[in-house]
Amino acid sequence: MSNNLDALYQEVILDHNRKPKNFREIENADRRVDGRNPLCGDQVTVWVKLDGDTVSDVSFKGTGCAVSKSSASLMTAAVKGKSLSETKQLYDKFHDMVTGKMTDAERAQMGSLAALGGVSKFPLRVKCASLAWHALKSALDDGGEVSTEGDT
Amino acid sequence: MSKRSSAKRQQLNEGLKRPSVGHTLPRAPEPPPVSPRRRDFPMLAANPALHYLDSAATSQKPRAVLDALRSYYEKDNANPHRGAYDLSARSTQKYLDARERVADFLGVIDTATLIFTRGTTEALNLVSTAWGRTNLSKGDEIIVTGMEHHANFVPWQQVAHATGAKLKICPLTSDGRIDVDHFRKLLGRKTRVVAFSHVSNALGTINPVADLTELTRDKAKNAIVVIDGAQAAPHMRVRFDELGVDFYAFSGHKMLGPMGIGGLIGRRELLEAMPPYQMGGDMIEFVGDDKTTWNVLPHKFEAGTPNVADAVGLAAACDYLDAIGIDVVRAHELELLKLMTEKLGAIPGVKLYGPADLSLRSGVVSFNVGDIHPHDLSTVLDQEGVCIRAGHHCAQPLMRRMDVPATARASVYVYNEPADVDALIRGVLRAKAMFGAHAV
Repeated sequence: MSNNLDALYQEVILDHNRKPKNFREIENADRRVDGRNPLCGDQVTVWVKLDGDTVSDVSFKGTGCAVSKSSASLMTAAVKGKSLSETKQLYDKFHDMVTGKMTDAERAQMGSLAALGGVSKFPLRVKCASLAWHALKSALDDGGEVSTEGDT
Repeated sequence: MSKRSSAKRQQLNEGLKRPSVGHTLPRAPEPPPVSPRRRDFPMLAANPALHYLDSAATSQKPRAVLDALRSYYEKDNANPHRGAYDLSARSTQKYLDARERVADFLGVIDTATLIFTRGTTEALNLVSTAWGRTNLSKGDEIIVTGMEHHANFVPWQQVAHATGAKLKICPLTSDGRIDVDHFRKLLGRKTRVVAFSHVSNALGTINPVADLTELTRDKAKNAIVVIDGAQAAPHMRVRFDELGVDFYAFSGHKMLGPMGIGGLIGRRELLEAMPPYQMGGDMIEFVGDDKTTWNVLPHKFEAGTPNVADAVGLAAACDYLDAIGIDVVRAHELELLKLMTEKLGAIPGVKLYGPADLSLRSGVVSFNVGDIHPHDLSTVLDQEGVCIRAGHHCAQPLMRRMDVPATARASVYVYNEPADVDALIRGVLRAKAMFGAHAV
């Protein structure tokens, strides 16, 4: 179990928790969505700036645990500059990874996001890791506020 | 040490000889032999390394309660109040006995004024709906406090919306007590409901129920006093008839009983004047084609087949607690509370919430460790076998008032021991090491 714990709280995760990337508002954002986890009170807001079909800028702010904060931070770094369809594909892959539906080889293709693979061993923490991603997906779909108590 | 526990110890030692999996911190010491009290609780007896510190959420169950449930289903199960056969009569008697036993435990003389519900939440919804919707109107005021569990907050907020009454939230002192001066100022002619917890689930604060009730009687003669007793009934002496309040809600599963049973105790004249909360079987006296009359208390508020088995289980829990003595339970918890606050308080970066005077606290410690989020702390503690609650404790208004998104909460009960506190401290130190000095 201790190995799992080390895999969950890798240095990358702790670093992003300490100094999250893109932890700011985007003033002239095209989309903005609030995400909430009603079970624990975690809250995140995601801002997206689009340039045609491309996510030209993305940011977040909020309160949450190391898993949710680092996941949001890594997400913003990973999707900036990606097209809408690439971003949605990445959302699906990320979801597969944290819910344990991915092989090690596939996970190795996930780049810096692979650091969150350890979450799959902690089913109770999947919602923490997914919160910002749910908000991003809703933002891209032009949807409203999201809650982890919808689909996961 | 008994032979049995030495054997367990032996087993555990063997278990510890497995190859190391690369720990950087020292291993937890072997669990102490299973104490006589832990042996009464199958969950704890079977898991010597489990450090259950979340009894404020729900308690573990003694074998006596599990046996009572099983025995009821094996020997006495039938639908009570209905069948004209011996088995049904026996089930009815079991249900009656259970109500008397629980009423006795909580100091209720008029047994029929104890309504069995699914728990505190249903009990508070019963009062806020059946009494609130009938008696409240525009201009009336409902007073709750900033420390309420959502179960004693949201029902009042919603009944206020529905009736036009106004919800007033009494502020707290900085150490998490009800601000009595402010409370006094809120009371007046318009006050119709005063609802607060006997003990705060998030902070453990024991509120002065009798004093606040007396103030209410003096300054707000039209008000009913409703107490959320979920965190008090399991841990301290509660005598409904002496408290002077109008309604008192409690949950069985927090006091060693089964989930799905609890109750509402109310003053007879209020209960009799209230309309039923749910309609169905058992709660009627006569059903005409377009008119129905209601059964007497307590049946008027217990529509449908009652939860006999869990009531029987709860009665067994009362027996178990009385055999120890609720004052002994309280003293035991106070000792562990002292140990927890001392040891946690000595760790740099740990912030403790709630009154510093431990005599005003139940066995609950709400805390944070530097910047480590309580969820992360809880995950690390889980690896040490330590179960705590992390989050907003169903008290978001309180979290806003304390200006924290969440806290960690450790809570003790009759089966906890100093070893559980040691494991908690070990886990906190491990989390600190893991998240680094920057976190504090």
